[in-house]
Amino acid sequence: MAGRKRKKGKKWIVNLVLGVICFIWLIPTVGLLVSSFRPAADILQTGWWKVFPHQEWKAADTIKLSKDVDLRQPIEVKGKTYTDDQLKAGVKAGDDRLIWENRRNREISVQEQGWVASSTLTLDNYKNVISGKEYTLKGADGSETKEKGTGLSQAFWNTLTIAIPATVIPILIASFAAYAFAWLRFPGRKTLFVVIIAMLVVPLQVALIPVLKDFTSLGLNGSYLGIWLAHSAFGLPLVTYFMYNFISQLPKDLFESAFMDGASHFTIFSKLILPLSVPALASIGIFQFLWVWNDYLVSLIFIGNQPGVQVMSMKIADLVGSRGNDWHLLTSAAFISMLMPLAIFFLLQKYFVRGLMGGSVKG
Amino acid sequence: MDTQAKTKSGFTAVLIFLVVLVFNLIVHGLIFMFFRDSTLNPLVTALAAVIWGVVGVYFLYLSFSWAVEQFPQQISRKILPYIFIGPAVLLLGWLLVLPALRTLYLSFFNASSDKFVGLGNYLAIFSDRLLATALRNNLLWVFVGTLACVAFGLLIAILADRSSYERIAKSIIFMPMAISFVAAGVIWKFVYYYQPGTEQIGLLNAIVIALGGEPQAWVTMLQPWNNFFLILILIWMQTGFAMVIFSAAIKGVPEDILEAARVDGAGEIRIFFRIIIPFISTTLLTVTTTIIVFTLKIFDVVMVMTGGQYDTEVVATQFYRQFFMYRNFGYGSTLAIVLLIAVLPVIYFNLRQIRKQGGF
Repeated sequence: MAGRKRKKGKKWIVNLVLGVICFIWLIPTVGLLVSSFRPAADILQTGWWKVFPHQEWKAADTIKLSKDVDLRQPIEVKGKTYTDDQLKAGVKAGDDRLIWENRRNREISVQEQGWVASSTLTLDNYKNVISGKEYTLKGADGSETKEKGTGLSQAFWNTLTIAIPATVIPILIASFAAYAFAWLRFPGRKTLFVVIIAMLVVPLQVALIPVLKDFTSLGLNGSYLGIWLAHSAFGLPLVTYFMYNFISQLPKDLFESAFMDGASHFTIFSKLILPLSVPALASIGIFQFLWVWNDYLVSLIFIGNQPGVQVMSMKIADLVGSRGNDWHLLTSAAFISMLMPLAIFFLLQKYFVRGLMGGSVKG
Repeated sequence: MDTQAKTKSGFTAVLIFLVVLVFNLIVHGLIFMFFRDSTLNPLVTALAAVIWGVVGVYFLYLSFSWAVEQFPQQISRKILPYIFIGPAVLLLGWLLVLPALRTLYLSFFNASSDKFVGLGNYLAIFSDRLLATALRNNLLWVFVGTLACVAFGLLIAILADRSSYERIAKSIIFMPMAISFVAAGVIWKFVYYYQPGTEQIGLLNAIVIALGGEPQAWVTMLQPWNNFFLILILIWMQTGFAMVIFSAAIKGVPEDILEAARVDGAGEIRIFFRIIIPFISTTLLTVTTTIIVFTLKIFDVVMVMTGGQYDTEVVATQFYRQFFMYRNFGYGSTLAIVLLIAVLPVIYFNLRQIRKQGGF
């Protein structure tokens, strides 16, 4: 691609504008990352950007006014006079700033600019979130017992247990279907394919309630199987469409000769099609995995309040709702939930990007 | 195929098929019940469940394909495609197509689904103030969100194409795609955080104060503008998607056409509107429809940021509320159907697109 760069004179403007946009895009995430390492008290008192070196007024000296100075009259400090209001808001005196430190005690603080960076960063937030926060409970007899809240680790494993099959199952099902739609001829092929594609745009809200009713009567609610099936069905139209685009582009003679040799369609599919489709499978796999991993609505409805199966997004949403001020827990929990998708994203970016473009770019 | 094999197959094949069917039903049923009642270590359960989920589906295809191959070839050839598409069709039929029809049916009934009310719910949701707000907000999301995502995506794709650090820039813009809405909600709650006074821990208010303004409660008090601050989150997350696809399409514009235009003295802006835009128009349509569909269904952002309060309700959150809090099944279903009707034109365009690409 580098060889195709268009040479233009005003390249530095392009670089600058793009740089500014990228900077803006990064800031929110950086803020979260920095905050997640700050002690709870710090987060609530100062902005996260204060951990970076910045100039701030620091107390250098204190002037105590004598008792006979009338505070309602202009006050003389260091040879100049200032009004009470000026001293309340802070007033510049040369390089320094004068501000009331304690009006009742008649103390004026002399401040000067200096570089400061709050460097109190800690891993405690992560510890608390991962293993559960420790609460100290006082018993009726005055004895203290320590109890642990639930941590994120259980939810992490739950999410993984849901996400892996909910990625593999629809991809397998969709690939078989895509192979049949692309290379086998059978009555009803066209109609069924059109129905599947039409399902691409159906909002899943339409399906939630009837499915919930079925799941409840079958005992599938809150079970792994239930949520796998739900995610598989909701992801199926897109995955089928995508796999169809890929599989239908494979050269025809490739498996025609295999078929002549007496290989069954199942053998052709698992020995030829699957290995050939690895790039496509990988890219759509990442996509589906991210979708399931990040899902909130489907879990909210099909898992409900069953703590054993709860996923991370639900845990964090609970934290947001019930403890909106526990920023130290929220920020680190949010960051933990981002680790897996971000790692996958950066490791497999090439596939991911290629996968997104599958079929949609031509023309 | 010799005659002996043919005469043997008919009855036996059907028998084999039935055995395979029953076998699969029993095995998977038993495994399911084992997992439902198991009290094993969660890690062990998780691992076993993953193996079952993945291997189980493959085994399903394997056993049924094998059973079908026991039929005479003419027959097996006819059945096999249905074995291959069967699971997909069954799953979609059960979990998407039928539910959509059942929801449509429910939308003609009252709150507890026992009295037929005809179009009553449809009339009601357009006159109910809360629901009308939800519809209005959804329109805002679709128009502003989609427009901004597409415009920004296009702009960044063009800029990145001409910059010296294309890969890094694209990674940065694309990264929020990997973040869940819930986590993004936390991120942005932190940006929009408001407290009275001059010391702010929310970035936006800190900037406003540094510029000499008054701090604002962006997502709560600033109605109806708070909707735009929520939409901003969507833009932050989805622009990367549009950008990646546009970027690929722009690289497909033949270099010689661009060169010819430059030789003729066309400026960059003219080239952009006269050559690049027409060339990538198909992609433009695809991306736009994808994002429209996506924004129509928007739920998580609003749920996490405001819970739908402060006039930020959208159809999906209102749907959730009607169903799970007010237990008004009539309204809930009607809202879902209104969403479906809203995406109907998009279905049409998508199908036309596929036909054009030579799918059918």
